[in-house]
Amino acid sequence: MTVIGRPLDRVDGRVKTTGAARFAAEHPYPGLAHAALVPATISRGRITTLHTGEASAVPGVIAVLTHLNAPELKPAPKVTPLRLSSLVSGTSVGYLQTDEVHWDGQPIAVVVAETSAAAREAAALVRADYAPAPAMVDFAAAEADARPQRGNPLMPGEAKKGDAEAALAAAPVALDLRYTTPPHHHNALEPHATTAVWDGDRLTVHDATQAIDWFRAHLAVRFGIPAADVRVLAPFVGGGFGGKVSIWPGTILAALAARATGRPVRLALTREDVYRTVGGRTPSIQRVALGATRDGKLTALVHTSVTRTGRVGGLPEQVTSQSRHLYDAENIFLRQSIVPLDLLSNTSMRAPGESIGTFALEAAIDELACELDLDPIELRMRNEPAVNPMDGKKFAHRMLREAYAVGAERFGWHERDPRPRSMRDGRWLVGMGVASAYHPSWRFAANVTVRLSADGTVLVRCGFQEMGMGGATAQAQIAADALGVPFEAVRVEYGDSALPMSPNAGGSAQTASVAGGVLEACGRLKRSLAAMARRTGGDTPETILRRANLPYAEAAAGSDTRFGRISGQVRFMANLLREQRRWVKAASGAQFCEVRVDPDTGEVRVSRWLGVFDIGTVVNAKTAASQLRGGIVMGLGMALSEETLVDPRTGRIMNAGLAEYHVPVHADIPPIEVSFLDDPDPTMPLGILGAGEVGITGVAAAVANAVHHATGTRVRDLPITLDKLL
Amino acid sequence: MAEISLRVNGSAHELDIQPQVSLLDALREHLGLTGTKKGCDQGACGACTVLADGERINSCLAPAVQYEGREITTIEGIGHPLQEAFVHADGLQCGYCTPGQICSAIGMLAEHKDGMPSAVTEHLAVTGGELDDAEIRERMSGNLCRCGAYNGIVSAIREVAG
Repeated sequence: MTVIGRPLDRVDGRVKTTGAARFAAEHPYPGLAHAALVPATISRGRITTLHTGEASAVPGVIAVLTHLNAPELKPAPKVTPLRLSSLVSGTSVGYLQTDEVHWDGQPIAVVVAETSAAAREAAALVRADYAPAPAMVDFAAAEADARPQRGNPLMPGEAKKGDAEAALAAAPVALDLRYTTPPHHHNALEPHATTAVWDGDRLTVHDATQAIDWFRAHLAVRFGIPAADVRVLAPFVGGGFGGKVSIWPGTILAALAARATGRPVRLALTREDVYRTVGGRTPSIQRVALGATRDGKLTALVHTSVTRTGRVGGLPEQVTSQSRHLYDAENIFLRQSIVPLDLLSNTSMRAPGESIGTFALEAAIDELACELDLDPIELRMRNEPAVNPMDGKKFAHRMLREAYAVGAERFGWHERDPRPRSMRDGRWLVGMGVASAYHPSWRFAANVTVRLSADGTVLVRCGFQEMGMGGATAQAQIAADALGVPFEAVRVEYGDSALPMSPNAGGSAQTASVAGGVLEACGRLKRSLAAMARRTGGDTPETILRRANLPYAEAAAGSDTRFGRISGQVRFMANLLREQRRWVKAASGAQFCEVRVDPDTGEVRVSRWLGVFDIGTVVNAKTAASQLRGGIVMGLGMALSEETLVDPRTGRIMNAGLAEYHVPVHADIPPIEVSFLDDPDPTMPLGILGAGEVGITGVAAAVANAVHHATGTRVRDLPITLDKLL
Repeated sequence: MAEISLRVNGSAHELDIQPQVSLLDALREHLGLTGTKKGCDQGACGACTVLADGERINSCLAPAVQYEGREITTIEGIGHPLQEAFVHADGLQCGYCTPGQICSAIGMLAEHKDGMPSAVTEHLAVTGGELDDAEIRERMSGNLCRCGAYNGIVSAIREVAG
C-alpha cells in the first residue's frame, strides 16, 4: 500500500474553489421556469378555500398549482424491508393531492413563474381558509403519551440484562438523572434544490440528495413510470448531514410542477422552506440511572428515552444505541419510547441516536465519577468491557483504552485539578472534560465497475454521493493501490443514477461500502488481465491490452440488472445479519475538551479540543481529519447554541433561519486536534470503520463535563447557554 | 422593470430586471454566474459574498440596481493564491460556502491592510497589527461553514497572509 493513508488534496478542490462546481439549482435549461412553495399555516385540519387570484395575476406567473388542479401523484409506497427504497419517503402525504393539512409548513400550493422573484412574490399572495382540527404539537406535554418503540433485528428498541432496577436500588452509590436535548436542524449551507426536466414520460432531476438510487426508485413510483426512465444527478451536494437522505416535498413538487407546466422547473427552497418542509432531529427526554460499588464498578445501567416522530412519518431515534456497548455493567435496562405528534416527520441527523444518547450517558458517567471521587477516565477504564456487555458477542475492534491513553498524554490530562472551580486563567474559569465517542459501523452493497485503458488510466464508476466527505479522492486512492497504478491515473465517476448502484450516504457506511465494491472489481480485473497475459505474453497492462487488441479491460462488482440488484441485495442482507450475530462493529474515540467560562456572564468559550479516534484504516489522513473535525464542530453547536424552537401552541418553528438558529461560526471554533489510532478492523473492507458520524458523538458531554469542572454547575438540558450558568 | 448595466469580472452586462432583484439573483439567474451561492438570502451566512470595488458585500442584501457602475468581482473572476491554499489546507468539504469564504477572505485581507480594526483588536489606534488566528476568526465570522472546515480555512488564510 502506497497511496492509502496519504493526506492527498481532494480531487474536486479546484472546481469547488473556482465556482465551476454546479449544484442542483445551477443547471441551465432553455425555457427554465422557477417554482416557489406556499406553506400551510395550521398544524392539522382541512383547507376550505384557496385564494389564488392575486397570485395568478402577478406578471410572469405560469401556474398556481394546488390540490384542486395539480396532476395526479401516486401514493407513497408502504414501508417494507423487501424494498429498502420505501424508507426514503420523508412523509406519507400526497402533496397537492388532498385538502388535508398534517403539519404547519406543509406545502399547499406551488407557484411556477418565469423568474424566481415573480414566483416568490406570487407565493406570498396565496391565501387559504382552513377548518382546523385539534393538534398535538407540544413534545414536553406529550411525554406521558410515549409508548415503547417496536424494534427490528438491526435496531432493537429495548434491551435487558439482569434486573437493573433492583440492582440500582441495592447499589452503594446510585444516581438517577434526567437529561433533555432540543430539536436540531441540519442547516447544510446549500438549501435543498431540484431542477426537474421531463422529456415525454422520462424524468431527469438534478437534486441535492444523499440517496440517488432511492430517489430514482421513489420518483418512479410516485409518477407511475419505470425506474429506468428516471435519472437522478447529484455530482455536488452542498452538505447533507442526514437532511438529504429522505425525499421531501420539494423534490416531488418540482417534478410535479414540471409535468404540469411542460417546462423545466427549478425549485430552490428558501432557508425557511427547509425548516418547514425538511425534517430535523427529534428532541429527547432521557433518563440515565447508574448504580456502582464504592470502587467504581457499575452494577446497574438504565438508559431510557422519549423522542417524537410525526404522525405522517419519521423514524425512532436510536438514543440508547451506544449504551449497549460502552460499559460492562452487571445489569442493564434500555428502552426507547416514541410519541407521534402533528409535526413534520423527524429524520436522521448526523449520528441519529448516538449524538444525543452519548450526551446523556457520558455526562452521567462524569457525574458518577464526581460522586465516587474518581478520575472520569479511570472510572471508564474500570468498566471497559472485554466483550459486548449485553450478549457477550465479540468486538470486531475495540481500542477505547488506547484512545484514552494517547489522549490523556497529548492533552495534558494529568495537569487537571479534579476539584470543580479550581482552575483559572485570569478572570476565566477553566475546565477540562472528557467523553467517549461511539458509532456503529455499517457496510452495504455497492455496485462498481473498474476500467483499465491501454494508456494506463483507470476509470472507477459508482453512483455514490459526494457532499464533502472526499469520496472520489478516497476511492481513487483505494483503486490506485489495488491496481498498482499512480493516484493521478485514476478518475472516479459518481453522483449519477446512470452509474452502477451505490447505497445512500448514511450510517458512515459509504467509504467502506464502495471500497468493498472497488476491491472486488479490481480483483476481478487483475485476474482477467493475468489470464490475458498468459495468452498474449504481455507483462504490463498496457502491453497485454495492446497485444490482445483491446482498448481497455473492465470488471464489475455486482450487477445492475433487475435480477442482479435483487439477488445482490438478498445476498448482502443475509451476510449482514450473519455478521451482526457474530460481531459488534463500531468506530469509537475519546473526546477531550477545555473550556473557559466567564464567571460574571456565564459565557462559555471552548479553548482546546482533542479527539483520538479509532476509525479503522484511515484512507486519507487529510479528508478524514476534516470529517471528524466537522463532526466535532457540529457537536459544539449542539452543546452550546443549537436549538430549534417549536411554538407549543401552534406547532410552528419560530426560529426558521440562520440568524436565529445559531450554528458555530469561525470565532467559536478553536484549533481542533484530531489523532487516529489507524489500526485496520479485521471484518470491514480494507479495515475501514467510517468517519462521518463518530466525530459528533460524545462532544456535547465532553463540553458539559468541562463546564461542570470549570463552574461546579451541571447543565443537563442542552444547549448550555449562559442563562443556565447564572 | 429597470434597465441597468452591471460590470462583473471586467465585462459589462445589460440587464432588464425588476427593481427588487438582488445582486445575487442577478448574478446567478440572469448572468448565469452560479459560483456565488445562496445559503440564506438574508445576510446571515455569507455564502453570497462578492467584492464590489474590492470591498466584500453580501450580494443577497444588495439590490442589483444600486450596483450599476460598480466593479463586481465574483469567484469566477478571481485568480488568487487563496484558492490553492484552501485546497491544500482542506479548507472546504462540500464546497458550497467556499466561493463566499474566498471572496470574504480577500476583502478581509484588504481591510486589515488598510488598518481597519476588528472586535478583538486590542489597540484601535495601532494599525498594521498582526493578523493572528483570533483576528482571522473574528473577521471571518460572517461566513458560515456547516461542514466545519473552519480550522482549514484559517490555516489557508494565515498561509497566504504570510
